Amino acid sequence: MHLHLAYPAVLAALLFCVGLYGVLARRNAILVLMSVELMLNAVNLNLVAFDVWLRDSLHAGQALTLFVIAIAAAEIGIGLAIVLAVYRNRGTSAVDALRDTAEPSAPDESQEAQEPDDSQEPQQSQQSPQSQKAEATA
Amino acid sequence: MTFAAATAVSAAKTAGTAETHGFLSPTGVEIAFLLVGLVTLGAAVITVTTRQLVHAALWLVVALGGLAVEYLLLTAEFIAWVQVLIYVGSVVVLLLFGLMLTRAPIGRSPDADSGNRPVALAVAAAAAAALVWVVVDAFRTTVIDLDGAAQGSTDVTGSVLFRHWVLPFEALSVLLLAALVGAIVLSRKTAKGTPAPEGDR
Amino acid sequence: MTTTTLAVLVPLLPFLGAAAGLLLGRRIPGLVRPLAVLPTLTALVLAVLVAVRQGGDRPVDAATELTPTGSVPIELALHIDGFAALVAVLVGVVASCVQIYSTGYLRDDPRYPSYAALVSLFTSAMLLVVYSGDLMVLLVGWEIMGICSYFLVGHYWETPEARAASLKAFLVTKLGDVPFLIGLFALAADAGSFRVTTILATVADGGLDHPTLIALLLLAGVAGKSAQFPLHTWLPDAMAGPTPVSALIHAATMVAAGVYFVARLLPVFAASGAALVVLAVMAAVTMAGSALAALAQDDIKRVLAYSTIGQLGYMTGALAVGDRGAAVFHLLSHGAFKALLFLTAGVIIHAAGTNSLAAMSRMKGLRDRVPDAYWTMTVALLALAAIPPFSGFFSKEAVLGAAEHTATGHAASVPTAAGWIVLVAGLLTALLTAAYATRLWLLAFHGRGADAPDHGKQPLAMTAVLWVLAVPSLAFGTAVGVLPDWFDGRSLSPTLTTSVLGTGLAFGGALVTYGAWRHTTALAARVPMGAVAVSPDGDGGQVEAEAIASHAPAYGDVASAHDPADPGRLLLGPLHRHAAAGFRLDAVYAALFVRPVQAAARLVRFLDREVVETYVRGAGTAPRWLGTAVRRAQTGNVQTYLSALLAGTVVLAVAAVLVATAGA
Repeated sequence: MHLHLAYPAVLAALLFCVGLYGVLARRNAILVLMSVELMLNAVNLNLVAFDVWLRDSLHAGQALTLFVIAIAAAEIGIGLAIVLAVYRNRGTSAVDALRDTAEPSAPDESQEAQEPDDSQEPQQSQQSPQSQKAEATA
Repeated sequence: MTFAAATAVSAAKTAGTAETHGFLSPTGVEIAFLLVGLVTLGAAVITVTTRQLVHAALWLVVALGGLAVEYLLLTAEFIAWVQVLIYVGSVVVLLLFGLMLTRAPIGRSPDADSGNRPVALAVAAAAAAALVWVVVDAFRTTVIDLDGAAQGSTDVTGSVLFRHWVLPFEALSVLLLAALVGAIVLSRKTAKGTPAPEGDR
Repeated sequence: MTTTTLAVLVPLLPFLGAAAGLLLGRRIPGLVRPLAVLPTLTALVLAVLVAVRQGGDRPVDAATELTPTGSVPIELALHIDGFAALVAVLVGVVASCVQIYSTGYLRDDPRYPSYAALVSLFTSAMLLVVYSGDLMVLLVGWEIMGICSYFLVGHYWETPEARAASLKAFLVTKLGDVPFLIGLFALAADAGSFRVTTILATVADGGLDHPTLIALLLLAGVAGKSAQFPLHTWLPDAMAGPTPVSALIHAATMVAAGVYFVARLLPVFAASGAALVVLAVMAAVTMAGSALAALAQDDIKRVLAYSTIGQLGYMTGALAVGDRGAAVFHLLSHGAFKALLFLTAGVIIHAAGTNSLAAMSRMKGLRDRVPDAYWTMTVALLALAAIPPFSGFFSKEAVLGAAEHTATGHAASVPTAAGWIVLVAGLLTALLTAAYATRLWLLAFHGRGADAPDHGKQPLAMTAVLWVLAVPSLAFGTAVGVLPDWFDGRSLSPTLTTSVLGTGLAFGGALVTYGAWRHTTALAARVPMGAVAVSPDGDGGQVEAEAIASHAPAYGDVASAHDPADPGRLLLGPLHRHAAAGFRLDAVYAALFVRPVQAAARLVRFLDREVVETYVRGAGTAPRWLGTAVRRAQTGNVQTYLSALLAGTVVLAVAAVLVATAGA
């Protein structure tokens, strides 16, 4: 029996890209985490397929797959904890709602264009209260 | 160069072990792999596109389960079972808990996708095209020989893991412990005295 | 100690005093006065010792080359002949007197330590110029004097007059110093050395290739330093400095440095008849013009400043007729009596509380308030007016005698035209000098009106030195028989013709002025005037600074006052207006130099502000626009960032694959 290596490889590539799409397009942070899982699994499939093809005496591919699974489990635990903390503090788990690192919005820009020397430090702190940020990271 | 080298190696291998195999005369394994693969991919696509959040988690189960079957087809039994146990058994359950704890809406939610969708589609399509092109170009003629003893039986995997990979394995346990502690710290309630913010469970 | 060692110590001691004064002055105020006076006094004693040892014999020459300096060697050289020895003594005497006088005059001045140190540094530089046997070393002292003059004129830098005057003094003298430097290089290139002795030897052999060019270039520097026409305009304005500084730098020593320099290198100038004629014309214009201007000034110090210019004109006149003995003789006697005049003027300004002659002429009894100043100033004015037997008579007659000697064709190698020019101008100036001296004396001490303010006795430090300086003013003429031994050996005794002519003209001028004064003084009561400084208890420096600052607001001009009781106004008639303004030479300079420079500065400013700045602003604006554009990408949305990152990764991966497959 034999199997073209192209099948698992292509499936892995496609799965990876589907996960990629999910990471970039999903709004809910938990859905993003799911997409990350898809990407990790695509990698795993690749690892296993090549391990089997190469008949590696150490079975490095399979060992690494196991490690990746373990790490993915840890990642999902931590990730969910973070999402829950953010949700508790912000009341939302939407990824695109967390924009504390954004530049000041358009009105500030026009004002700054008039006075280039004006320090933008105070404006930024007005935009994003420090206390909230601190809570978010705590 | 690497791809070219890999192609050359694989070509030599193929020539040595078996007669040339075409894509137009698939073996049974290939047909099974292809079908399961299509199901897996479809489930994955639905996972990342559905507007019902809980359904997404459930379709993820299908996709991960399909992958487990693919592992079995690749004779990596142990990994297949681990996949089922950890992903389908625990990770998805965790995700479902997460959805519930963040009060994810049951039913269709119109805002499941962010405004970044077109860009994401473009990037993913470009990446897919590039990857598939490269992979197909490199491994068009490469064939996996599945005859002989299973390469991923529990016996083999266990002996390899605890003979050659024991140190990373132990290091991984420390990492898991750290993750455990980290998760507990992160999900702890805020210090007493501060008013509980909205959205507290 | 050898004479050389002594001579080296003479400039060195005031220099060390200056350095110590600058370093310790702030921390140990008690040391400032000793550090100012003692090194200068010691230098004076040593200078006298050097003069005695030199005794007018063969010049003392010593040189040491510190380091090779290329084709034309520069050496630390001494060249002490009779001229150098005597001028050094004069510098020591005046500097010592001024340092002692300053301890009283600037008693309460907070900047006295730096002032004293600068005066010491100036003294050191002047002594270096006097003793130096190498023109490069001389130039070092020359420039140090210039910078000290700049700082000391600007001592009262709070007043705009002093600031403007110090800048003017610096710039105008520098204007002369540039050709001077070029002239020095040309001279050294011709002679192959900066050493005075070598240069003189070369000149004696006729080895100078461009004598006229060199002489004229050097003359520019001399005119700047010695305040000769047309570069004299800085000197009257420099009176904004403290009076002791005016006495030391702007009357007795620094302005004489130019004359001394020409005297030292006279053979170089004598090698060119054209240069001598130019020098004679310069001297004649300077003498006559400055004497007319002096007659019209209202500020007592500006009268003296113009008088200084005129007397320096006598010296350059003597040089133009080839008699450096007469020039240096007049330099010595003038140094003594002009320093005395300035120091007495300082006392008078302090006592009267004003520097305006118009205001003084309306004060009764000023002479009783300051009897020392009255008597010594009388002596000095008599010397200035060249009345026998005061020192000025002998020195001025020496000059006139030399001019007559040349005019009558007795001097070889000097054009007779130069003699005639100097003689006529000298005689005319003798008349005018006596006139303005008389006017000064009458207006200052014979005023009518309210009593002069009483500020108590003047400090002893200030009055004592007046008498010290009065002695040479009175009696230096007796040296006329000895001096030729120190100089070139030519007789300096007055000749009958010029003595009678000069003295007669002087008496005539004095009498005419007296008559005019009698005529106008009746008007004084009718036109009340007066500007009296408001700090009667301040030291001399403070009173003087206030007087200078209040002159222009009170009378509309720093130089003149609209006083119909002024005999100078009657004597000069329509000329008075122009004479008071220094014959509008400043306006000419303003039109010729200042305004073009200012226009160029405005152009540069425009180019800088509007053109260069535009480029700079553009260089700033373009990145700012770019930054604004880039900032729009900074949405804070992690997914956007990640999209861009992954898109870039895909592009890179595709590029890598393409390159790899293309290479295969």
